[in-house]
Amino acid sequence: MNSKLKKTLTPYGYLLPTLILMTILLVIPIIMVIRYSLYDNVIANKNPAFVGLANYVTVLSDHDFWNAIGHTLFFVIISIIAHMLIGMTFALILNTRYLGARTKGIFRAVYALPWMFTASVIAITWRMVLDPNGVLNYILMTLHITSEKITFLASRDIALQSVTLINIWSGYPFYMISILAGLQGISPDLYEAAALDGADAIHSFTGVTIPQLKPILISLIMLDFVWTLQQFALIWMTTGGGPVNATETVSTWIYKQGFTKFQYSMASTGAVILLIVCTIIGILYVRQQRAEA
Amino acid sequence: MKAFAKKALVCAAAIAMTMGMATSAKAEDVTLEFQQWWGVELPDGALQEICDGFTAESGVKIELLSNPYADTKTQVAAGAATGTMADVVGLDGSWVYDFAKQEAIANLSELMTADGYDTAQLSDQIQYQGNTYMIPVVNFAYPLYVNMDILEEAGVEAIPTTWTEFLDACAKIKENTDKAAYCIPLSTEAPNGIQNQFSTWLWASGGTLMKDGKPALTDNEMLTKVVDFFKTMKDNGYLTDGVEAMKEQDMVNEFENGRLAFMVDGISHLTTIKTESPDLHFTYAPMPKEDSYEGQSGMDVANWGIGIAENCEHKAEAMKFIEYLMSPEVNAKLSQLANAFPGNNTAAPDYSANDELFLTAFEIFQNGYAINEFTGAPTAEDLMRSMNEQLILYFDGDTASVADMLTATQTAWEAAYE
Repeated sequence: MNSKLKKTLTPYGYLLPTLILMTILLVIPIIMVIRYSLYDNVIANKNPAFVGLANYVTVLSDHDFWNAIGHTLFFVIISIIAHMLIGMTFALILNTRYLGARTKGIFRAVYALPWMFTASVIAITWRMVLDPNGVLNYILMTLHITSEKITFLASRDIALQSVTLINIWSGYPFYMISILAGLQGISPDLYEAAALDGADAIHSFTGVTIPQLKPILISLIMLDFVWTLQQFALIWMTTGGGPVNATETVSTWIYKQGFTKFQYSMASTGAVILLIVCTIIGILYVRQQRAEA
Repeated sequence: MKAFAKKALVCAAAIAMTMGMATSAKAEDVTLEFQQWWGVELPDGALQEICDGFTAESGVKIELLSNPYADTKTQVAAGAATGTMADVVGLDGSWVYDFAKQEAIANLSELMTADGYDTAQLSDQIQYQGNTYMIPVVNFAYPLYVNMDILEEAGVEAIPTTWTEFLDACAKIKENTDKAAYCIPLSTEAPNGIQNQFSTWLWASGGTLMKDGKPALTDNEMLTKVVDFFKTMKDNGYLTDGVEAMKEQDMVNEFENGRLAFMVDGISHLTTIKTESPDLHFTYAPMPKEDSYEGQSGMDVANWGIGIAENCEHKAEAMKFIEYLMSPEVNAKLSQLANAFPGNNTAAPDYSANDELFLTAFEIFQNGYAINEFTGAPTAEDLMRSMNEQLILYFDGDTASVADMLTATQTAWEAAYE
């Protein structure tokens, strides 16, 4: 082998293990799911027939699926906004010069705590907190804020908001830690220059902090959008998509199609639709990263 | 020629011996994976000990894959979809139709016939299109649990035997205590409350959900009465708060903590409740019947069923393992350990070491008949879920009448039977 060819092939040799793994774990499953979505019920039916885009027509004309999309959008958008606000607030508190290093350390550990728990621990903990006989109802009734027990997860009117609250609690530390890292990277000179120009705290925040954090914030929003869109475990373990379908999201809809109705083609179709949305966000994310670079 | 014949004979003998050794070595080399949730619910090491008995007897090794029920279901379903199911699988009767339809589990009728197995000794066989796909190894009854302390506090003198008496007791419990009277867990995640805490009232009064193997929910007089009975309980505040998000375990927790007067639950929880709440004063009772019903009561049963994966490469050995578990001695031992009733009619478990309450449940069980119409039904969990949703809509007033509620459920169920 001549040295030129060897030089050309060497990088591909280094890439090969990763490419093989990605093909087995990512490309093949995705192709299989896309293929399943084009057939009349696969797996349950040993000789499935090719039906083209018929499954997509069925899914996109299913009222329950659109209902799930509505809930998913509420869940995702409110979660992202709350994650951003809480994460930013706590990051600013942890970055302030008015707190000592030890105090900051304690706050940092406490604020980051929700991120350390697995979805099952979070679900069990919050089910106990929100139970009609749970801690939150006890506090509310003791303080005479309410005279009757509130069924946070059992009421069709507030179950989605309750599940969103749980997701907000479990997800804000990621924002907090990322924003805190960004804040610590902003040069103090910029704040000094802003102060010399007569900027108060609010102007410094909007004129210096936000523009400097912009790349991080955009990345956070895009990643959070994709992660929250796919959130399944938390919803499944707290409400299972109910009562009735009050907290049904696209991920729980897909699970039910596959594992309780055994409609694997429909589940695959739903999964492909979700994949398309996530891919679009992924492309935007990559473009944004490239633009920043 | 003689020498040649001798050599040929020696060679043939050597080959035969080698083959024979290979065959015996083969049995010892076989390892069957056995996926189930039983190991988690039995005393530590009990299932392994039983399986070791089979290994000692046959040389076939058993590798246990024990996980909680919900995880087992997901893993078995995933295995069915990908053809990677464990060789022998623990099954719930409500899964059988779908796995058999997918051809993910093996036809046991063929294997039993090939083995000359006497099926008369089996208490039940779960079938799909006339062939057996699951054998119930042990059965669990679902009697009424009664917290006697709450009844006393409420001024209820006797355990209710009819619906009217039950509602009277509920009214007293609501009026004189801060406890809930009854609970039906209606979480969408695990909708088996429809089977165990709802349909059990129907079956106890001689009603059914099916007719000739098909859904028969509309114009079903007894079912209409049961739905109305539950609506009365809901409207009067007799049910635990937040039932719409509760799972069966939440209900058991409420009972264990002395906040629930009545619950319908499997006797498999008896040991756990006794261990975790030793001071709880409770007993078992037959399900109260609809006031005008005087016939025998059906009692809800769940079972630990067993089947063989279609992708199993050692089906004959797997069948032997099932026959071992169903043998009178082993089946009796398993039943005794699991606080359950045997799947083999000839098994005679020694329940003398079991709790006294278990014997009470056994007596109640013997006075009625076992029933569970969701066993062997298509997409059984989804059937429960659709009825669950319709029941909540009726509770909330979104559905105007019982007839509308049952018609909507019937429509959803019929789709599964098409």
